[in-house]
Amino acid sequence: MTEVAAVRDEAAMIAAILAGDQRQFHELIRPFERGVYRMALSMLRNEAEAEEVAQEAFLRAFRNLSKFRADSKFSTWLISITLNEARSRLRRQKTVKIESLDGADDEQGHVTPALLRDWREIPSEVLERGEVRSILRRAIEELPEIYREVFVLRDEEEMSVQEVADMLELSVSAVKVRLHRARLMLQKRLVPELKSMNLTKRGWLAWF
Amino acid sequence: MVLECKHVWDHISGFLDGTLEPEVLEQVRKHLEHCELCSAILDSTRNILVLTADDRVFELPVSFSERLHARLDAEMGLSGRDG
Repeated sequence: MTEVAAVRDEAAMIAAILAGDQRQFHELIRPFERGVYRMALSMLRNEAEAEEVAQEAFLRAFRNLSKFRADSKFSTWLISITLNEARSRLRRQKTVKIESLDGADDEQGHVTPALLRDWREIPSEVLERGEVRSILRRAIEELPEIYREVFVLRDEEEMSVQEVADMLELSVSAVKVRLHRARLMLQKRLVPELKSMNLTKRGWLAWF
Repeated sequence: MVLECKHVWDHISGFLDGTLEPEVLEQVRKHLEHCELCSAILDSTRNILVLTADDRVFELPVSFSERLHARLDAEMGLSGRDG
C-alpha cells in the first residue's frame, strides 16, 4: 500500500476519532481506499461486489476502531478486515466453482515459465492501454484463490512475506512457495498474451 | 555445481525477493550471466510484477470515494444519535 507521509500521525487521528471527532475517519482512510478496493476486486472479481466489500470493510473498521492495536500498521489491519469480508462473501457464493489454471491447484511440481526472446525494459506507457490493464487484471483474477491471496497481499499490497504469513496463518515457507508459483503462473499466462498483442504500431514489439 | 535452467526457474521468485541462500544465489547469478533465456524469464517476471503493482491496473470506479464517504457519513450520523 501507499507509504504514508510522516506528517500523518495516524495514532493521533485514531485517538481523536475515538474521543469523538468522528469526521477525522474520512481523512484517516483516504490513502487506503485504492488498496482496499484493489484487494476486494482481486478477490471478488466483480466490480460491484468489490465496491460493496470495500465499503463494508471500511464500515467495519470504523465500528471496531477501538479494537485496533497500535502494534500493527493501520493499513495492514484494514487489509486484514478486507480479506475477511471478501472471504466470507466468497463462502456465501455457492456458485463459486473450483478454479484451476493448468491444473495448478496442487502445490506439487514445477510451473514452466513462458519462453520469450526478450523483454528487457518496462514500457510503462504500455499501461496507458486499457487492453493491457484488463489482461493483467484478468490474469490475476484467474489465479486459483490460494495463490491469488498471497500474490495480492505481497505484490499488490506490498506487504512483507512475514506479514502475509501472519495474516493468512501460513508458514513463511508456504507463503514463499505459493508466491513463487503465483508469479510464474502469471508470467506464463501473460507473456504470450502480451506478445500476441499488436504492439508494433507503437514500437513495443522489441520488448516482447 | 552447475544449475540447469529448470532449476534456476525454481529460484526466480526468491531471487527477486532477495531471499536466496548465499550459495544458491551465487549459482543462480552465474547461470544468469551466460543464459539469455533465464535472464529473459527473470526480466519478464520482474516486469510483470512492476506492471501489476501499478496503480493504474486497478482503478477506482468513478465516484467510488463519494459513495464510500456518504455511507460513512450515514453511519456516523447513526452512531452520533446513539451516542
